[in-house]
Amino acid sequence: MSERKDLELIAELVPHGSHVLDLGCGNGALLALLRDERGCTGYGVELDDAQLLECVKRGVNTIQRNLDEGLAIFADRAFDVVLQLDTLQNLRNTEQMLVETVRVGRIGIVSFPNFAHWPNRLSVLRGRMPVTKALPYEWYDTPNIRVGTHADFEVLARRNGLRVLDSFGLQGGRVVRRWPNLRASTAVFKFERA
Amino acid sequence: MGSVGIVTPQSLRLDAPLPLQSGARLDDCTLVYETYGTLNAERSNAVLVCHALNASHHVAGRHDGADKSDGWWDNLVGPGKPIDTTRFFVIGVNNPGSCFGSTGPTSVNPATGQPWGADFPVVTVEDWVDAQARLLDALGIEQLAAVIGGSLGGMQALSWSIRHPQRVRHAVVVASAPNLSAQNIAFNEVARRAIVTDPDFHGGHYYAHGVVPRRGLRVARMIGHITYLSDDVMASKFGRQLRNGALAYSTQEIEFQIESYLRYQGDKFSDYFDANTYLLITRTLDYFDPAREHGGDLARALAPATAKFLVISFTTDWRFSPERSREIVKALVDNRREVSSAEIDAPHGHDAFLMEDARYHGLLRAYFERIAGEVPSPTVPSIKGFAV
Repeated sequence: MSERKDLELIAELVPHGSHVLDLGCGNGALLALLRDERGCTGYGVELDDAQLLECVKRGVNTIQRNLDEGLAIFADRAFDVVLQLDTLQNLRNTEQMLVETVRVGRIGIVSFPNFAHWPNRLSVLRGRMPVTKALPYEWYDTPNIRVGTHADFEVLARRNGLRVLDSFGLQGGRVVRRWPNLRASTAVFKFERA
Repeated sequence: MGSVGIVTPQSLRLDAPLPLQSGARLDDCTLVYETYGTLNAERSNAVLVCHALNASHHVAGRHDGADKSDGWWDNLVGPGKPIDTTRFFVIGVNNPGSCFGSTGPTSVNPATGQPWGADFPVVTVEDWVDAQARLLDALGIEQLAAVIGGSLGGMQALSWSIRHPQRVRHAVVVASAPNLSAQNIAFNEVARRAIVTDPDFHGGHYYAHGVVPRRGLRVARMIGHITYLSDDVMASKFGRQLRNGALAYSTQEIEFQIESYLRYQGDKFSDYFDANTYLLITRTLDYFDPAREHGGDLARALAPATAKFLVISFTTDWRFSPERSREIVKALVDNRREVSSAEIDAPHGHDAFLMEDARYHGLLRAYFERIAGEVPSPTVPSIKGFAV
């Protein structure tokens, strides 16, 4: 997800001038892009010291928090858009975080590695967990405590009363709209509270 | 990275009385201050450093002829340091009520010709900020590039952003809180009772008796020191080490190293710190509560603030815990103000704000580098205080 092209494709989902919350904002590259190219304001949330430093160097507003402690610091409907890029799969309270996302924001945008991408399926068919560009870890050292698929998220979204506004896959810096569950390594969803 | 070198304190006598929050006013008020670096032509590169309970205007550098007189934030302020004096004009100012040169309880009360002593009016964070604003007026500085402070100093930075929003571009609030908790006030009250019940206190007019309530000051400082350190750092520094290697079976003698340390700190403190100032400044801490006049709503209190904020806390600081900093961050976020915050996992407790932790100083360096990019550099390059 650190690929510049992917960031730009995600940024296009964010309306100009939005007040944005980026959960797990990493080095702040997306927030800087949204600020500079789309006139957005807002905050990132990041736990890692080194990433936080990068955010401060970029002049991106970033709050150091562990997302597993929740979003109580943010008021209801405080943001136009809440982003969770490549973050959801690292959280313990994934489902709660989705509910919180639509509490603090009007629109949620998530992306995560799609476990059903065909090379992953082949790998599992061969009897081994996949190690790919989007899932670069061995099974025993991965920080991804949730492994899900593009199709799985549709079910989870429905279960939590989320209305999916748009969804697609990302593969090699391009948007995949046909069979994204099979053809894309990254799943992207834009949703709101139904 | 170097030192600002030898520095000389300056003083400013305010040209008009200083009205105080209590309704009283200081008719004759002198502020002692130091400056480091060069003010740029636009007068826009000033950084005000606010001190906490027991510190002073002497932020960086050394005083002439005094080897062990490094400023209290010398690890942060200097050429090439995170607050780089080749880029910024840094100001340290001693607050009224203190005992390091600015008008305080040891100064002469013009009404009586005697030292103020216990009659010195109670001063608040807001009073200090207003006094500091007068200093900026005198220096011809309309707007600060930044105001920074730790602990009680952070409260001043916060107050600056509320009272004089147009005069602050950035506010850096370190190891601070939007007000003191009951537990915190309780510690202060124990310290005050120790001083006030010392037989040498004489109702605060001990100067006339030629004595100092040293016993009270010692105990006050010992209590303070316990709360400034984390349990972990005390355990690793002292543990249960005995001073003499074996138990002496005495209730009066020093047995454990921690006792020795606390007594040493208490003794040292009672040599230089004024007891009335200790009473006053702990009260200043107790009173600070900008949300009070807004029904406890900190977001409303901070609504006038327009500065960009950096709020830093330390995970092992139990006197000014990260939770208290989060309240500040939340109030700023509710107002959609620009804010970044860090909760640094340093082991030292409250004292961490004075230490040189790589993550802490790295963050401050990065933040102040951004600020430096917003204001023109001073045109006169200087080396060790001399223009070249």
